[in-house]
Amino acid sequence: MGLLSKKDAKLITDPLADNNPITIQVLGICSALAITAQLKASIVMSLSVLFVMGVGNVVISLIRNIIPSKIRIIVQLTVVAALVIIVDQVLKAYAYSLSKELSVFIGLIITNCIIMGRFEAFALGNGPWKSFLDGIGNALGYAVILVIVGFFRELLGSGTLLGFKVLGDPIEKTGLYAIGYENNGFMLLSPMALIVVGIIIWVQRSRNKDLIED
Amino acid sequence: MSNKTDSNVYTVLFAIGMVVVVGALLAFTAASLKPTITKNVELEMQQNILYAMGVNENDESSANFVSTDVAPELFNKYITKQYVILNGDVTENDEAYLIDIKKEKAKGDASKRRLPLFVGEKDGKTYYIAPIRGKGLWDAVWAYIAMDENMVIQGAYFDHKGETPGLGANIKERYFMDDFIGEHLLDSQGNFKGVAVSKSNADPTNQDKTDNEVDAIAGATITGDGVAAMIKGDLSLYVPYFKNLNK
Repeated sequence: MGLLSKKDAKLITDPLADNNPITIQVLGICSALAITAQLKASIVMSLSVLFVMGVGNVVISLIRNIIPSKIRIIVQLTVVAALVIIVDQVLKAYAYSLSKELSVFIGLIITNCIIMGRFEAFALGNGPWKSFLDGIGNALGYAVILVIVGFFRELLGSGTLLGFKVLGDPIEKTGLYAIGYENNGFMLLSPMALIVVGIIIWVQRSRNKDLIED
Repeated sequence: MSNKTDSNVYTVLFAIGMVVVVGALLAFTAASLKPTITKNVELEMQQNILYAMGVNENDESSANFVSTDVAPELFNKYITKQYVILNGDVTENDEAYLIDIKKEKAKGDASKRRLPLFVGEKDGKTYYIAPIRGKGLWDAVWAYIAMDENMVIQGAYFDHKGETPGLGANIKERYFMDDFIGEHLLDSQGNFKGVAVSKSNADPTNQDKTDNEVDAIAGATITGDGVAAMIKGDLSLYVPYFKNLNK
């Protein structure tokens, strides 16, 4: 990354692994459980959050010196909500089928605690460029986990990836199903997302012992 | 934070300013995009109706509408008549497809409800398409059902507002929608029975078209029950029309 200084680059790379918002800070768990039954939904949610985080962090950072501290949480919430509504309306007007695909996820972005968390912890104390990088970095860190969880839940739960039947047809008994393999319906239920996230946390901490808290 | 931004007056003024700016921004966005959004919704209704009567761009496994560019033209070509049925009276109405089923349902009383019905002609076959609406697990579900004159389903398009992805949301997948094709809404005596979404019909590939049942989606019990209730409740209102038709 020749464009970025070492410090700036860390803002993007840190949240991808050693300071991941989901596995280390345990933020944004709610949406990670709710919408990861399919890979496509995970990807779409990740992109939406990427946009809102990037823009929102910059906006908050730009007005950080004039926000009254007493109502800063309300101001942050208003910024997120306004951005989300604008995104929703623009999609409805110019990408109608995509907006139907996203349906509830757009609204759910407002409740994503990573966004409020980064506004509060980073954008309020840093300049716009740094805040932008931090927003993008954290959104990508969120996306990585969402995509991994979505991948395993769709593959093991439905036997498909992005809707393609990669393991064969469960009704016609072709592919893997011909030798007695069955989809695990449990994987489609939210608790299994928690277990997959748990396994990711386990793998991550056993590879990097510094992350283990006493 | 400086002292200035901590004062109550500043806080209140900031809050008021913020509300005005954000409010104006959102109002401007909503107002300027509204015509485009309304147009999209209208086109979608036409696409849905055409989809149900088999005018679509389906490939092997996914459901695809005709494109929005050609939807109005195809709609005029295939849909020969649009009717509104009000308490048994059938009148022709070229804007029947714009009727909001949600509002009609909210009237409660079935005799006050305007029921849209679209008659389509394709390859010498006549289709009767009815829009219906009901409740799933989280929010509304709705459908366009194309039937022949004996109330045998010829095509179906299901949609939903907020069912669970991977579970209830799968009602708009081909494997679920296509299961309805050929299903009889009437039983062998000619009484209206609907089509139940069943978990125990022992007919997963849906060979039996006269059992008034299709196979349910695992993990989507309430959505499936909602679909069955919607078919039973709303399509039964059209029975008198079909009885008249066959006299």
